[in-house]
Amino acid sequence: MKLVIIKYNAGNIQSVLYALERIGATAIVTDDIAEIKVADKVIFPGVGEASTAMRYLKERKLDQVIAGLQQPVLGICLGMQLMCRYSEENNTDCLGIFNEDVKAFTASATAAIKIPQIGWNNIYHLKTPLFNGVKENSYCYFVHGFYAALGEHTIAATEYGIEYSSALHRDNFYGTQFHPEKSAGVGEQILKNFIEL
Amino acid sequence: MLTKRIIPCLDIKDGRTVKGVNFENIRDAGDPVELGALYAAQGADELVFLDITATNERRKTLSALVNKIAHHINIPFTVGGGIVSVDDVSVLLQNGADKISVNTSAFKNPGLVKELAKEFGSQCVVLAIDTKKESDGNWYVYLNGGRVKTDKLCFDWAREAVELGAGEILLTSMNNDGTKQGFALDITRQLSMNLPVPVIASGGAGTMEHFADVFEQSGADAALAASIFHFKEIGIPALKEYLAEKGIAMRL
Repeated sequence: MKLVIIKYNAGNIQSVLYALERIGATAIVTDDIAEIKVADKVIFPGVGEASTAMRYLKERKLDQVIAGLQQPVLGICLGMQLMCRYSEENNTDCLGIFNEDVKAFTASATAAIKIPQIGWNNIYHLKTPLFNGVKENSYCYFVHGFYAALGEHTIAATEYGIEYSSALHRDNFYGTQFHPEKSAGVGEQILKNFIEL
Repeated sequence: MLTKRIIPCLDIKDGRTVKGVNFENIRDAGDPVELGALYAAQGADELVFLDITATNERRKTLSALVNKIAHHINIPFTVGGGIVSVDDVSVLLQNGADKISVNTSAFKNPGLVKELAKEFGSQCVVLAIDTKKESDGNWYVYLNGGRVKTDKLCFDWAREAVELGAGEILLTSMNNDGTKQGFALDITRQLSMNLPVPVIASGGAGTMEHFADVFEQSGADAALAASIFHFKEIGIPALKEYLAEKGIAMRL
């Protein structure tokens, strides 16, 4: 099994590598297009800002490479958001793999939430084998100020002021808004499930 | 629902846990990685590692330690102590830290908070404040581990730092720290109710009720403690069950 983590100008990539090591998987971190294309599984992680990340991907033609991948792909946090159609974060056109759009959390009188959301929240309405063995309402670790709306590709939902997509799926593409690499045993199960897809 | 967080804090000197710990079920109580992993397994929601090493070797030993922690611990962790520059933070994040905390260096150079938020995002910039209530009834900012008083009000500095890009406030009350008489509810409440970012309350935890009080009465998003966990006066699983029974959102 050749597992590749896409290297780009976003943070938290090492954490994904270490989490895979803890469950006995080895991965390489690379931005080499040939390496990415021949991988069995691709992980597209990241914490950062959408427009800066998209510009970087486009400059290296990684945008077309990612959207054209046939093998299972897992986007994490910003990675998942970049796989959506559009992000309100600096009005960024994204990869368009998922039809859902990414919007900013807003505090209101009815939802006095703090932004960004930082901490453990539960995921529910779980679908697809990505969540095999994961109980409804399990807790995962989130750090984000923008969210993907609910839509046809939603495979997990979470509530923070409003209900949004905490995971998305279309064909070979999966994405999680939460960080499985930081979500204790639940996260490890989800990473194992992805590797076994 | 987003849960409240329970955060054990480990003080590190020369790569070892200090202030003492009292666990029979770990091989080496001085090893911060082993202790951190134990807390993670017990249900801690996050960990804070505070480096109090004063030598020139600090930077190298800390980045090596952070790398080891990142390999072994499957929950988020924050690293603080002696961070003065974007380069310092870059090394720690590259080695796997999720967040960093700044205190005295940010107060002396507020531009640092702005630079860090711009470079790495607000979500990984925690502003730590040591504060003390004086006889005039106001809470003031203290620096250098509480040794140096300033004339700045705690709330004013917290608000400024949030405007500069701090994504979270770690608030330690020096009046309460070490007393085991409970958290400082008034200043914690003032910050958590008036600032748009999460507030971590620290200093004074002695009983499970104190944790319930700080969540229910001051609106804190997280509560941090050290010795009561290190000396097993309160177990994390029992604490979280107690708080959940009180109706406080907890990850169990």
